[in-house]
Amino acid sequence: MKGNEAFAEAAIRAGADGYFGYPITPQSEVMEYLMAEKPHERTGMIVLQAESEVAAINMVYGGAATGKRVMTSSSSPGISLKQEGISYLCGAELPCLIMNAVRGGPGLGTIQPSQSDYFQSTKGGGHGDYRLLVLAPASVQEMADFARLGFDLAFKYRNPVLVLSDGAIGQMMEKVYLDPQRPRFTDEEIKQNTPWATTGKTPDRERNIITSLALESAKMEQHNIALQAKYRQMEEEEVRYEKIGCDDAEYAFVAYGTSSRICQKAIQLAREQGIKVGLMRPITLFPFPKKIIAQMTSRVKGILVVEMSAGQMVEDVRLAVEGRVKVEHFGRFGGIIPSPVEVVEALKKQIIGG
Amino acid sequence: MTEEIIIAGFGGQGVLSMGKILAYSGVMQDKEVSWMPSYGPEMRGGTANVTVIISDERISSPILNAYDTAIILNQQSMDKFESTVKPGGILIYDPNGITRHPERKDISIYSIEAAEKAGELGLSKVFNMIVLGGFLKLKPIVSMEYIHKGLQKSLPARHHVLIPENEKAIEVGKELIKAKQTLN
Amino acid sequence: MAEAIVNTELIQPENLVYKRTELLTPNALSYCPGCGHGTAHRIIMEVIEEMGIQSETIGIAPVGCSVLAYDFMNIDMQQAAHGRAPALATAAKRLNPKKYVFTYQGDGDLAAIGTAETIHACNRGENIVIIFINNGIYGMTGGQMAPTTLPGMKSSTSPYGRDVAMMGNPLKITELVAQLPGTLYVTRQAVHTPVAVRKAKKAVRKAFENTKLNKGLSFIEIVSNCNSGWKMTPRKANDWMVENMFPFYPLGDIKVNE
Repeated sequence: MKGNEAFAEAAIRAGADGYFGYPITPQSEVMEYLMAEKPHERTGMIVLQAESEVAAINMVYGGAATGKRVMTSSSSPGISLKQEGISYLCGAELPCLIMNAVRGGPGLGTIQPSQSDYFQSTKGGGHGDYRLLVLAPASVQEMADFARLGFDLAFKYRNPVLVLSDGAIGQMMEKVYLDPQRPRFTDEEIKQNTPWATTGKTPDRERNIITSLALESAKMEQHNIALQAKYRQMEEEEVRYEKIGCDDAEYAFVAYGTSSRICQKAIQLAREQGIKVGLMRPITLFPFPKKIIAQMTSRVKGILVVEMSAGQMVEDVRLAVEGRVKVEHFGRFGGIIPSPVEVVEALKKQIIGG
Repeated sequence: MTEEIIIAGFGGQGVLSMGKILAYSGVMQDKEVSWMPSYGPEMRGGTANVTVIISDERISSPILNAYDTAIILNQQSMDKFESTVKPGGILIYDPNGITRHPERKDISIYSIEAAEKAGELGLSKVFNMIVLGGFLKLKPIVSMEYIHKGLQKSLPARHHVLIPENEKAIEVGKELIKAKQTLN
Repeated sequence: MAEAIVNTELIQPENLVYKRTELLTPNALSYCPGCGHGTAHRIIMEVIEEMGIQSETIGIAPVGCSVLAYDFMNIDMQQAAHGRAPALATAAKRLNPKKYVFTYQGDGDLAAIGTAETIHACNRGENIVIIFINNGIYGMTGGQMAPTTLPGMKSSTSPYGRDVAMMGNPLKITELVAQLPGTLYVTRQAVHTPVAVRKAKKAVRKAFENTKLNKGLSFIEIVSNCNSGWKMTPRKANDWMVENMFPFYPLGDIKVNE
């Protein structure tokens, strides 16, 4: 299965209630797959092609506000259009799943894979002090796994979860194991699990209001403090990462998604040349595994951050390392994927020899 | 066992689907696989290529610099990928439309006149399977039993009637492939 | 100041002629005195009460003066980003097909920034109700020109009057959505007189009843005043509305399908 298809199928099986999207390369397979699968007949899931990305993300808002498992997907320019809605979703504390198959930018850019939306994904993107929980899959299997995990984390925190994929992972095919079908929420479960949802005011409760608006500053500040506490809890409980070949490593790559796959090959090539290098792969980009990276500095002599961008995650790695060891960035951008050989050469030149 | 393959040619030659059938067959045989296309905006025409990796172990990078086997179906792809075959590796090409033949001395080179044969036999729709047959003759990394399952998996049900034709084409390809240069 | 004289003898259940619906909260309305929003809120809430559908209704509030509609309407409500209420309503309704879903939007929200969402929700025939308050101006932000501002009409961003050559024409979006196959019922009403209020309430009732038919979208424009934005007294604003707005935006049903 292609990564995009695995994501779509896994979402159906995770008990998704609704998908709202707008076509854009390289992720249109998500909606195409869903439409072809007739999830309305399989599980009752609604799939709707919206008039724009803006409408799609606001449909997600309207659906999430009723306690349903809803999702959207897009690629970089479309995700930019969704930023307003994402800010509102965070402000109103609504759970939802968003997938970005990142392509090279800025502007219309290219349809080839890139990782240049890291800042947008982890630092905001829309207005206001908010965070998305960001999962970065590096395989088709993780595209499937993170659809379900994403929904579950979204509901745990009443917060949007972003699956930060890219054109390569979305378009490539690998073997994938899919979870069995999980039922959609029943009305009773929605009442129990999401008592805040707008499902119609019944006599036994006050009316539910979903809003991100608080005109009184004191109230808005309290709301912000509560949001920040939630983000700190994510940092305590949700950090996910994978270390490969780090036990004896003298140097380390830090890379996520497609870049981390390139780095795995680069490790093989480098070790054939006698260079002991490992890989630290952040799986959550927010919360960022900064403590783990800080701990690595007691062992490794230098870190090369490999990204398909001009250098975005490298800033977070440097903040975690606090100058204890050398941290350099190597990247290709605009839709170019670095090759394993290039990565080894960069390691030798920028870290070992530099 | 790890086999790293690039298949490259024109869009519409069945490059991506050849890779897909190979990848699905690998999955059926319980191998680890990855299928990584280079994708472009156009649906037809233009160049197309796909990296297929079949392995007994977890696959690291789906994108590579160097390949065990290159299957080349047009001149642009020859220019681009001849140099990427690992020393000692294999290059398979269809000479149809090729103006500059491969020149490397450190690899094995095979030709397969699949386009011509497909025309002769009225099998032009399964031209790519003839080429795949040639590859499987040299590198039987998946057995025909699993190729059959791979065809079932990757072809839509309405095309399952064409599976025998596909399999016939693979057999034709096995006979057709010719060594031009083999290493000792 | 004279003390208020309250005739306690008159306050008897049998003398009750009017009662605020329980579906309006006790919160004092934040709208300017003389504004039509309060009356529009009331008739919608009365209809929901009369139909007994409070527990099945989801309202969507927009950005604009009615951004705080949920402070006054005692039902479950979602507050939308500017212009996006029909998108929220689309999903809320599709995922909860037994519920009654309505949006409550002003002219800037519905006919400028949210035009795409409006047209497409109408064209898809979403089984929802859209209530559109048209007062020809952006009230909340201080009286700027709206898509429905009349030719020659002054606003803070058309201080010499709307020059259509420069600023474009007012948009009759209600006539526009009536052309779309997805709309079932399209009407234009007002709430400036008791007779108009009764008619408008009937239209709202019909729109909510239509939801049960599952045959398309019901769209009700309510032409209203914005006395603050128009820089007039409430009384004068209503007269001006009758003389100027109604000729351009004539009241009555535009499309009534069954």
